[in-house]
Amino acid sequence: MSHDYKRLAKDGLWDNNIVFAQALGLCPLLAVTGTATNGLGMGLASTAVFIASALAISLLRNIITPQVRIPIFVLIIAVLVTLVDMSMNAWVHDLHKVLGLFIPLIVTNCAILGRAEAFASRNSPMPALFDGLMMGLGFTFALVALGAAREILGSGTLFSSAALLLGEWASFLELTLIPDYKGFLLIILPPGGFIVLAFLLAGKRVLDRTLAARKAARVEDEPAVADPA
Amino acid sequence: MIDAPLIGAPYAHQKVSVNRTMVLVMLALTPATLLGLYQFGWPAIFLFVITIAACLIFEAFSLQVMGKPKKVFLMDGSAILTGWLLAMTLPPWAPWWIGVVGAFLAIIIGKQVFGGIGQNPFNPAMVARVALLISFPLEMTLYTSPQPLFSADAPGVLEGLAITFGGGALAIDAVTSATPLGHLKTELSRGLEVQHALGSTDSVGQLALGTASGSLGEISALLLLAGGLVLIGLRIITWHIPVAMLGTLALLASIFHLMAPESYAGPLFHLLSGAAILGAFFIATDLVTSPVSVTGQLIFGAGCGLLVFVIRTFAGYPEGVAFAVLLMNACTPLIDYYFKPRIYGRDRKGQPLQYGDEGGEA
Repeated sequence: MSHDYKRLAKDGLWDNNIVFAQALGLCPLLAVTGTATNGLGMGLASTAVFIASALAISLLRNIITPQVRIPIFVLIIAVLVTLVDMSMNAWVHDLHKVLGLFIPLIVTNCAILGRAEAFASRNSPMPALFDGLMMGLGFTFALVALGAAREILGSGTLFSSAALLLGEWASFLELTLIPDYKGFLLIILPPGGFIVLAFLLAGKRVLDRTLAARKAARVEDEPAVADPA
Repeated sequence: MIDAPLIGAPYAHQKVSVNRTMVLVMLALTPATLLGLYQFGWPAIFLFVITIAACLIFEAFSLQVMGKPKKVFLMDGSAILTGWLLAMTLPPWAPWWIGVVGAFLAIIIGKQVFGGIGQNPFNPAMVARVALLISFPLEMTLYTSPQPLFSADAPGVLEGLAITFGGGALAIDAVTSATPLGHLKTELSRGLEVQHALGSTDSVGQLALGTASGSLGEISALLLLAGGLVLIGLRIITWHIPVAMLGTLALLASIFHLMAPESYAGPLFHLLSGAAILGAFFIATDLVTSPVSVTGQLIFGAGCGLLVFVIRTFAGYPEGVAFAVLLMNACTPLIDYYFKPRIYGRDRKGQPLQYGDEGGEA
């Protein structure tokens, strides 16, 4: 079965985005996106699990019996999440202190189980790996977008404490956009996550509709131009 | 050739419209509002105007985005009333952006995202008030004592502009003072008894007349009560929600006050202070977010009263009308599900009524 990698990439990043289209994995999404940095850290950790679980499950797909597939998927994902958790504790300890509570929760991220069930367990390793990567990047994109929006509105900064995640060189990312900002606490609290997410979702739909309308207009125009010729 | 429009029966005319309802509610609010504006002077007037103007602008923006006719919906007065009610629950000397952010929360997040007038599950003004209180606790709890317009201590027009557009009451050395409810809460937590705690603050008479500190809408219980009674008289609202809400509040306050007068304030204090009267007559009775049936309205009102008392007495916030109304708004669909109004010609279970002959034979 050949795969259209361009289609997979487009699905993962935009059309079938974990958050913006499937609305899965909202628990970690709302819990950690108080700042863009936290979103990025969570997104990268999840991406690692996405890729590794997709690869492992795809490799094992022919020996996993359908009756017990869900517990086995969960087991594989749990092992990978534990690995990610321990690695983060070892190498990015400061960020782990911030995100620590939520990293084990990646196990319960239904998006990862969903991809395992819907894609990895039915496809060969290469497409599964690629799909995991794209879904993970799409998830990271959503986390960073939501984190950035909430951070700007809620505390007037962007990528605060990015150095914790990426090392000292990243401190240029840490911006204070609105000096002397008093903070808008609601946006940082979980209800604010829902509100901002809803506006982002609405924005995506408007954008998609505008693009589709423009495309349709172009398709209509072309034969009209071609006819006289 | 007269092209008269064909109109079907029934021909009875009832002069109820959204516009008329909104205008009458605003008229009923006017006396209390004028007194509040007089008591708190120019900064309150600026904040009041800004909040309503911002509500209208956000309403116009939403209507534009949704492609709805602007004139019809802007002129129905619902956005003005939302802004009005919101302004009445804000600290009168709050900075201008509190009013604008509040208007955004009320109109866009509280009302228009659900589809506009008649579609919102929660009272827009209370959504904004609670969101502001949680987000900006400092600005939203800084109350000034009343300084009537043109009195010696009152800020002039320029000073008023500085307060509203500068940094609010923080910007100048305003004479801040706790609201009666806030004062009671602090003093009780210090271990004082109610009599002593209240002894040093406003008397019941002050609360009724409106010379105590508070937001615009808490200013005069008597004028608000009069406005509410006018609304009941004009049948804009029915008596069920206000009576159930205030009755429950008074009943609970009396029981607790009789059991332990030293730690619980009396019913009169509870009824006259804070936004109890404003909430009972003007906010909880919102036609969109309250139950339809009479039984449902009684339950809704009683729930509001219970929650107000519980939040005021046992929770962290001194005042709980906004929270109580929002929580009961959330229950409204459930209440409406169990307590449906009787359909004309049918009994409460939805079965056709048995009339004369048939009933005789049965």
